[in-house]
Amino acid sequence: MRNGLPADEVRGQLLEFVTSLVDAEPDPDEDYFERGLVNSLAALELVTFVEHRFGITVRAEDLDLDNFRTVNRLTGFVLVKTAG
Amino acid sequence: MRPAEFDAAGWDEGGALPAEVRDAVARAGWFGVDLPTEHGGRGGSQAELGELCAEIGAVCSSVRALVTVQGMVSAAIARWGTDEQRSTWLPALAAGEHLAGFAATESGAGTELSAVDTRFERTGGEITVTGEKRWVTFGQEATVFLVLGKLDGRLAAVLVEKGAGVSTDPVRGQLGLRAAMVAHVRFDGVRVPVGNLVASPGFGLSHVIATALDHGRFTVAWGCAGMAAACVADVADHTVRRRQDAVPLAAHQLVRSMLARMAVDATAARELCLSAARARDAGEPGAVAGTVMAKYAAARAAASASQDAVQLLGSAGCASDSRVGRFFRDAKVMQIIEGSDQVSELHIADHLLREHRVGGKA
Repeated sequence: MRNGLPADEVRGQLLEFVTSLVDAEPDPDEDYFERGLVNSLAALELVTFVEHRFGITVRAEDLDLDNFRTVNRLTGFVLVKTAG
Repeated sequence: MRPAEFDAAGWDEGGALPAEVRDAVARAGWFGVDLPTEHGGRGGSQAELGELCAEIGAVCSSVRALVTVQGMVSAAIARWGTDEQRSTWLPALAAGEHLAGFAATESGAGTELSAVDTRFERTGGEITVTGEKRWVTFGQEATVFLVLGKLDGRLAAVLVEKGAGVSTDPVRGQLGLRAAMVAHVRFDGVRVPVGNLVASPGFGLSHVIATALDHGRFTVAWGCAGMAAACVADVADHTVRRRQDAVPLAAHQLVRSMLARMAVDATAARELCLSAARARDAGEPGAVAGTVMAKYAAARAAASASQDAVQLLGSAGCASDSRVGRFFRDAKVMQIIEGSDQVSELHIADHLLREHRVGGKA
């Protein structure tokens, strides 16, 4: 898949999707899980979006809240996965 | 085995699906249609799974429910299990060597599953499971349960084999799915290896259980589409043969109007199911919402079509062995399980509004 994606591009796409998902534009470091903004359907949609948009597969071992809880952390996760 | 050969009315009346039927379902490969071949499945598409569920649903919702629950637990393991969990459980589930139970609902946790009281306590290499689950489809016969509970305050999902500390209380005479061998299941300090934890604590509901429910919604949708189509066929068949005032019932314009509405609803439901299948096969982000929409539409189509079918068949529709009468009872259950109509409407509206926000249309 698209190795070497610019971080800003990834962050921008994730921010747009998460904003639509939680009906509010979160700060890139805001924990939308902790705020209870993401229900189970939205969580699944977020995973599907990340996989589909960036061509990666989210595995069980990736399921760490630290990877998903904020836009910036999710950006880092995507960058690592796409670089791999 | 072919669905057309099912004794669905007899199983419904008896309140059980015979063991030989469950074995035949396994032998037919219906448990692993969409599972990867390396895990004992057929590696089929979502559309293939859907068409099978429609064919089964057109005859017996309880058999369709058997395929559904086995698929729900298998899908959760396939998606979020470890390599060891996948290689241990998936071939056994696909072959029917294990029958799965989906144990999430509790007396105080239905739509709001995050309210579950079931406790997981970790001690060394084991997890102790304590709680009581309600309305577990095929819970009377299940040999392994996917259980939702809380571990250190976080929602988690654990696989629990039937054994010491697991007891079942059969549910009988419920409105629909009477042959689905539903049970309330109690876990009384059951100890399982920590390796039975599916995904990390904190992701049990949002990912593991949600994946199972998403899969369940999809197969329920297709089963309902099949049920609605069967109602249309039964009504068409009845109304061209049954005569009133020397003319067939089908000659009456009011009857034709009802039949037309039923056919449109059934066809629209099927098209939404096909759309969801395509989105799922393509891994599209909209597949989750598309599946909710398909399930919502198909359950409503089945409920509406079966209600009209009973009306048009008259006394025949009210008989104890009436197929459309059974569909009428089963379809109402479909409007409740795997997300009630009302909850589905909220999700569908959320998704619609989200697209407009992103597209700047609202």
